[in-house]
Amino acid sequence: MAMFLQLLFTGMGIGAVYALVSLGFVLLICAANIVNFAQGDFAMLGAYLLVLGLNVFSLPYPVAIVLTILLMAIFGVLFAGATYWPLRFRGALPVIISTIGAQIFLENIVLYLYGPVPQVLPGVFNSPGFTVGGVFMDSQYLTILATASLLVLLQYLVFEKTLLGKKIQATNQDKEMASLLGIPVVFMILLTFAYSAALGAVAGVLVGPILFVSVGMGGSIALKAFAANIIGGYGSIPGAIVGGLLLGVAETFGAAYISVPYKDAFAFLIVLAFLAVRPQGLFGEKVAEKA
Amino acid sequence: MSVDYAAARRWRGVLPTLGALVLVVVVAFLAPAEGYYLNIFMQAATYAIAVSGLVVVLGYCGQISLAQAAFFGLGAYGVAIGTTHLGLGFFPALVLSAAFAMVLGLLLGVASLQLGGHYLAMVTIAFQEILTLVLTNWIGLTNGPDGVRNIPRPAFLGISLANGHRFLALCLVTLVLVTFAVWRLKTTRLGRAMQAVRDNELAASTAGVNSFGIKVISFGISALIGGIGGGLFASGFQYISPDQFTFSESIVLLTMALLGGSQSPFGSLIGTSLLIILPEWLRFLKQIYLAVYGASVILLMVFLPEGLWGISLQRARRRARPIEGEVAPLPLLAATNNGDSSEVLLKTEGLSKHFGGLKALDLVDLEVRRGSVHALIGPNGSGKTTLINVVTGLYRPTSGKVTFLGNDVTHAAPHRRNHVGLARTFQNIRLFRGMSVLENVMVGAERRHNDVAMHPQAVVERALAALDFVGLRGDAHRQVADLSYGYQRYVEVARALAASPDVLLLDEPGAGLNLTEKHELGELLRRLKGHGLTILIIDHDMRLVEQVADYITVLNFGRRIADGLPREVLTHPDVVAAYLGEARHEAA
Repeated sequence: MAMFLQLLFTGMGIGAVYALVSLGFVLLICAANIVNFAQGDFAMLGAYLLVLGLNVFSLPYPVAIVLTILLMAIFGVLFAGATYWPLRFRGALPVIISTIGAQIFLENIVLYLYGPVPQVLPGVFNSPGFTVGGVFMDSQYLTILATASLLVLLQYLVFEKTLLGKKIQATNQDKEMASLLGIPVVFMILLTFAYSAALGAVAGVLVGPILFVSVGMGGSIALKAFAANIIGGYGSIPGAIVGGLLLGVAETFGAAYISVPYKDAFAFLIVLAFLAVRPQGLFGEKVAEKA
Repeated sequence: MSVDYAAARRWRGVLPTLGALVLVVVVAFLAPAEGYYLNIFMQAATYAIAVSGLVVVLGYCGQISLAQAAFFGLGAYGVAIGTTHLGLGFFPALVLSAAFAMVLGLLLGVASLQLGGHYLAMVTIAFQEILTLVLTNWIGLTNGPDGVRNIPRPAFLGISLANGHRFLALCLVTLVLVTFAVWRLKTTRLGRAMQAVRDNELAASTAGVNSFGIKVISFGISALIGGIGGGLFASGFQYISPDQFTFSESIVLLTMALLGGSQSPFGSLIGTSLLIILPEWLRFLKQIYLAVYGASVILLMVFLPEGLWGISLQRARRRARPIEGEVAPLPLLAATNNGDSSEVLLKTEGLSKHFGGLKALDLVDLEVRRGSVHALIGPNGSGKTTLINVVTGLYRPTSGKVTFLGNDVTHAAPHRRNHVGLARTFQNIRLFRGMSVLENVMVGAERRHNDVAMHPQAVVERALAALDFVGLRGDAHRQVADLSYGYQRYVEVARALAASPDVLLLDEPGAGLNLTEKHELGELLRRLKGHGLTILIIDHDMRLVEQVADYITVLNFGRRIADGLPREVLTHPDVVAAYLGEARHEAA
C-alpha cells in the first residue's frame, strides 16, 4: 500500500508538470488556434533563466523566480510576434511549422550558450522532505503539487470571476464578435501568449530540481503535454489538467510495474488507445464544421 | 482541332526522365568510390527519396506527418535484419520492408485521419517515439543502441553493386524514378483528389472525393516511399543505429520538404541537397548552425511559403496560356434521364435536424421532380442551408429519410451521394484555392460513374465544356484565387455541372453578386432550365425565384409552411406573414 501511495504521489508530481505545460498548450489552441510545438521550450528556457539568475547573478531564490517568470511572459509576446503574427491568416499548418522552427532555434541557441552538460538546480526548500505513513513526501514534489493547484485555482477565478477573464474567453470563442463588442482582441491574444509562456516557465522552474536542466528537457515534456491534451480532450482546459495528471501517474506505475526502458512509450500507447476508442478525449466534444 | 492540355499528355516527362537516368549513372561513376563525399551523395539521394514521400502526404494532401524518419527507419531495419539475420536477398528484403512500412502507415492513417489534422501529427509523433524505443530496447532483434553492422550490398542482374559507384547509381536511379512518379501523380485523378482534400475537404467530399480514403492512401504512399529510401540507406552505409531515425530526423526531413517546396518533388530535391550541403558551407557558424537553421524555417514560412521551388511554380502559373482546341457542348442531361417529368428524383420525408434544443429542421417533406427548377425559400435562419447540408450528407438528420433516384441515401457519405448524381454549390464559395480553374472543374468531372471519369483527355474536354457553358473558357488556365468573387461562383457551378449530375443543388448562388452579375446568373439559370436540368435552388432574390422556379417550398423556423406553384405559394398568407410580419396584428 505504501508503495502504491508513494508511486501515486510521485506520479501526481510529474503529472502536475505535464498539466501546467498542457494548460499553456490548450490556452494557445483556444486563443489563436495554433498547436505550439515549442511549448516545452518555454519550460526549458524558464529553467535555464533560473540557472542564470541563481548561478551567474547570484540572486536570491524568490527574486530569481519572479524575474524568470516575468521575462518569460515578455518572451511569450515576442514569440507570438515571430511565429504567429505574420502567419495568422494562412491557416494552421504554416504556424505549426514555424513553431517547429522556433523549437529548433531555441534549443540550439541554448545549446550554443550553455553547452550539452546538464545544469543542476537546487530545490525551493533545503529540507529534502518527510515521511507520512511510509510515504516519503519529497519537498519539491509537494511544492509542485501546491503550486500547480494554486495556479489552476487562480486561473479559474480569473477566467470565471473577472471581466478580463470573460474578455479572454469571449476572444477564444469568437474573435469577430469579440472585436465588435470592443474587446481588444489582439491584446487578449498577446496576453494569452504571455500567460502561456509564464505557465511553461513555472513548470520548468518546478521540474528543474527533479530532472537535470538540459536542452532536451523541453521536447520530451512537450510531447507528454501534447499527449495529455489529446487524452483530456483537444482544446479542453479541465482535460489538459486531468490528462496531464493521468499521464504522470500512468507513466510512473508503468515504469514501476511493467518496464523501465519503455517508460516513455506508455504515454503514447495510451494516446493511441484513446484515439481508437474515444478520440474526442475525456472532456472533448465533437464539433461539426459548418458548411 | 482537339484539345491539347499538357498535363494530360501520356508520355509527358518520359524523355527527360530517361535523360536524367543516363545522367545520374554518369554522375555516380564520376563520384568518388568511397569516403566522405560518396557518403554525402548517398545520404542526399536516400533522404531525397524519403522527402518525396512527404511531398505526397504534406504537399499534395495537406496532412502533417511527423514520422517520416520512422518509416525511413523501418525500411532500413527491415533490410538490415532481413539480409543479416534472415538470409533474405536485398531486393526481397527491400520490397518486404517498404510494404511493411506502408501497411503500418495505412493502419496509423485509418486510426487518426478521420479526425482533424493535429491528430495525425500526434499519432505520428507517438509512433515515432515508440519505434525509437523499440529499436533501442529490443536488443534480440535490432541489436539495440549498437545498431546493425555489415549490411550487405546486392547484385543486380548479375552485376555486383558492392562497389560504391554502383550502389550510388542504384540509389540515384531509384531517386529519379520516384521523383518522376511523384511528379506525374500531381496531375492524375488521384493527385487532384489529394489536392482537393488539402484545399477544401468539405467541398472535395461533396464533389465525390472520398476524403478519408484519399488521406489514408496518401499517407500509405508516403510511408512506402520513406521505406524504400530507408532500405537503400541501410545498404548504402552498411551500418545503422536507432539514433539515425529519431523524431528530430523526422523534423529534418520535414524541413527539407518545406525549404525546397513541398508541392513538388523537384522542390524536395533542392531542399534535401541544400540541407545536406549547407552544414558544409555554414561550417564557420559552428554550433550555432542549427539555430540559424531553425530561424530560417520561420523566415521561410513567412517569406517563401511555397519553398524555393515555389518561385518556379509561380512563374509557371503566370506563364500559363488559355487552352486551345474545340470541345463538344456540355451534355446537361444525365444518361438516366427519360424525360418523365412526374418522376420524383429527390425526396425528403419527415426530415428533422436538431442542434441541441434548436429545431433547425422539423419534419420537412420535399419532392423535387425531374426537369423542374425547385426553389427553397424562407427568412434567414429558416433551415434552408441545413436542409441542403442534410440532403448532401454533411449533416446527419436527427430523424427522417432522404431518397435520391429511388434509393435511400439517408446514411450515405457525401461522396457516395455525389457518385450517384447529386452535385452542389456552397453559399460561401468553397473552391480548391491552390489549383487552377480547369483543375477545379476536372475534380467535378471525375465523379465516379461519370461517363468521362476514367479518360483523362475526355475529363479535360468535359471540364472545358462546363467552363464554356458558364462563360469562363478563357480563364481555364488561371488560378481560382485570381478570379473575382462572381467568377469564382461560376467556377463552382461549372465544377458541379461537369459532374453531369441528375440533380443540381444551388445554395444561394446570388449571394454577394452585384446587379449585373445577378442578371447574368438569371440568364445562366434560364439556360440550365431550358436544357431540362433538375435544380434545387435556395435564393433570397424573389424576382429571380419567380422567373425560374416551377415549384416553391417555403421554410420558416425549420418547418415547411407552404409548397406548390409559385403564384399560389407567394400569395399564401403564411408566407406573406413570414416575410412581412403578421398582418393581423397591424389590422387589430
